[in-house]
Amino acid sequence: MSKSFTRYTGTMAPLPIQNIDTDQIIPASYLKVTDRSGLASGLFSRWRYLDGDPEGEPISDFVLNRAEHGEARILLAGDNFGCGSSREHAPWALVGYGFRAVISTSFADIFRSNALKNGLLIVPVAEDVSASLFDAVAADPATEVTIDLKARTLSLPDGGETNFEVDPFARRCLLDGTDQLGYLLNQAPAIRAFEAANAARLDTRSG
Amino acid sequence: MSRARTLFEKIWRRHLVTAEERGLPATLFIDLHLVHEVTSPQAFTELAERGLAVRRPDLTLATMDHSTPTDPSIDTARLRVLDPEGSAQLDQLEANCERYGIPLYAMGDERRGIVHVIGPELGATQPGMTVVCGDSHTSTHGAVGALAFGIGTSEVGHVLATQCLLQHRPKTYEVRVDGRLQEGVVAKDIILAVIAKLGIGGGTGHVFEYTGEAIRALDMEGRMTVCNMSIEGGARAGLIAPDDVTFDYLEGRPMAPSGEAWEAALEDWRSLPTDGGAVYDRTAMVDGSSLEPMVTYGTNPGMAIPIAGAIPEDEAVEPEKRASFRKALDYMALEPGQQLEGKPIDVVFVGSCTNSRYSDLAAAAGILRGRKVADGLRVLVVPGSDAVKRQAERDGLAQVFVDAGAEWREAGCSMCLAMNGDQLAPGQYAVSTSNRNFEGRQGAGGRTFLASPLTAAASAITGRVTDVREVLS
Repeated sequence: MSKSFTRYTGTMAPLPIQNIDTDQIIPASYLKVTDRSGLASGLFSRWRYLDGDPEGEPISDFVLNRAEHGEARILLAGDNFGCGSSREHAPWALVGYGFRAVISTSFADIFRSNALKNGLLIVPVAEDVSASLFDAVAADPATEVTIDLKARTLSLPDGGETNFEVDPFARRCLLDGTDQLGYLLNQAPAIRAFEAANAARLDTRSG
Repeated sequence: MSRARTLFEKIWRRHLVTAEERGLPATLFIDLHLVHEVTSPQAFTELAERGLAVRRPDLTLATMDHSTPTDPSIDTARLRVLDPEGSAQLDQLEANCERYGIPLYAMGDERRGIVHVIGPELGATQPGMTVVCGDSHTSTHGAVGALAFGIGTSEVGHVLATQCLLQHRPKTYEVRVDGRLQEGVVAKDIILAVIAKLGIGGGTGHVFEYTGEAIRALDMEGRMTVCNMSIEGGARAGLIAPDDVTFDYLEGRPMAPSGEAWEAALEDWRSLPTDGGAVYDRTAMVDGSSLEPMVTYGTNPGMAIPIAGAIPEDEAVEPEKRASFRKALDYMALEPGQQLEGKPIDVVFVGSCTNSRYSDLAAAAGILRGRKVADGLRVLVVPGSDAVKRQAERDGLAQVFVDAGAEWREAGCSMCLAMNGDQLAPGQYAVSTSNRNFEGRQGAGGRTFLASPLTAAASAITGRVTDVREVLS
């Protein structure tokens, strides 16, 4: 699984629903895995298949089952995407399915953090931009946008472009492949110093 | 004299290994890392693959709660057959804790329970600490005045390996609840009303601090209920300043300091509350005296109304939110303008990290004592920990539930997220004391009305969504 992102051009799968929670992205029944694989089939399974069963019949009007959006690798979603549970299985499932980025007017904090650690780019946009993207996709499902992380720009169907905010550290990690755990491990001297300075307090806590 | 600071700022500052600078996140030291079976396996695998040790197993505590059976007849051997995947997760947690020297409260251990119930119960979570867990309801521990928040599995790995997290400083949000609560109105109603007011994304990017007379008047377990659902308002953490209620609760608990260390801790903890004149980034006010018992009608916790009220009409919903509103009502098979009171239900669930502590069970038992569960209704009472279960059995609460016709279960997360086989059937309605009414959360096709333990117990008697004040009067 690639954890890097630089630039991507492609079509969007529109999901104009607000407050899509991580239980919808990947239901709890899929959380029994002990690795990160096999979650793609569970992605949005309750909306995607009859009775939520990936072995069962696909629900034909759900966006991921519509031929015109089958190749889309950018999810265009309603406000407050990824609220609810902290399960990192949500970005694992989205990435496992093939999504590279999610565009929305806002994202829940834990989901945002989890997504950016897995190469899934979070693209927050203003309400009017979001509305124009939904309109453009409705008019023409083949509408493409380009997300450029280095420039922090999203190209719009009307030929314009908009800037988006992204945590500078997460951006750096995605662009140059910096490993966040490696970065933390390199801070061992500072962590040791902190532990030494706080030894008495930390020891009381071990009861 | 240093400048006035909020409770959050004080805790944040004292845990900075390195401060935030030039776009780089702060490195925050974590005092307590709580671990459970569902969100940890991949983090342990990463550690093993990279040949890393757990830096501070002494500041790490593991339990089993999400996948565990609550049916007393299911033992470990039977679980292997009934739920091989869940069983494998439990085995893997056991092996990982053994390998890395992490204390684990496994099945059968008297200290086991829902991670957010046992932390405070054992005195492991204390004022001024940083506490994390791979679970969004970690915000619960903010009730003791700790900065506590949920993290993803990658971050679980970060904390295991370094005892630290890379974090940007969140903003502060004071949620002030003044006034005295009316009879029948409890902590759960406060937090449901707060979320309904602020919206489920209202706290995004912020840490709540709950202040005001109605919060101060809550006991510790009520404060845990409030902080627990901070995440449902979008805030990763919720805090309540420690006071004598907090200290009385913690004193004598197994992992709380004792003797001289207790006195020293008290002195430190008394310095934590927000200074006069400190400024929050945002503030919201709620009048506690006007609150009524609350119940949700939709598919997120912000879709809540006073129990005597009605579901909003279409016109009352902002145009751009109307499609999602109608989608939620379609799922719930409810109509705009409909009353919820009197709506027939199939199941009542009393449990979860929101409302499974002793006082929650006592509140429910107070309503059910000498009464019977409505015909055909299934009522599950699931204590939050083994300790809560034992105490409830000693004090006769369990018998009250059994006599009323409810199922008395083993401790665990149970029907809150329906991972362990405790779940609603498609189409069923439940009044639930848990924290999420998302589509399918309590079982595919299940429909959840979130409410307090009092409302749940009152509804258990009638088999309908019921205003507890009618039972109390």
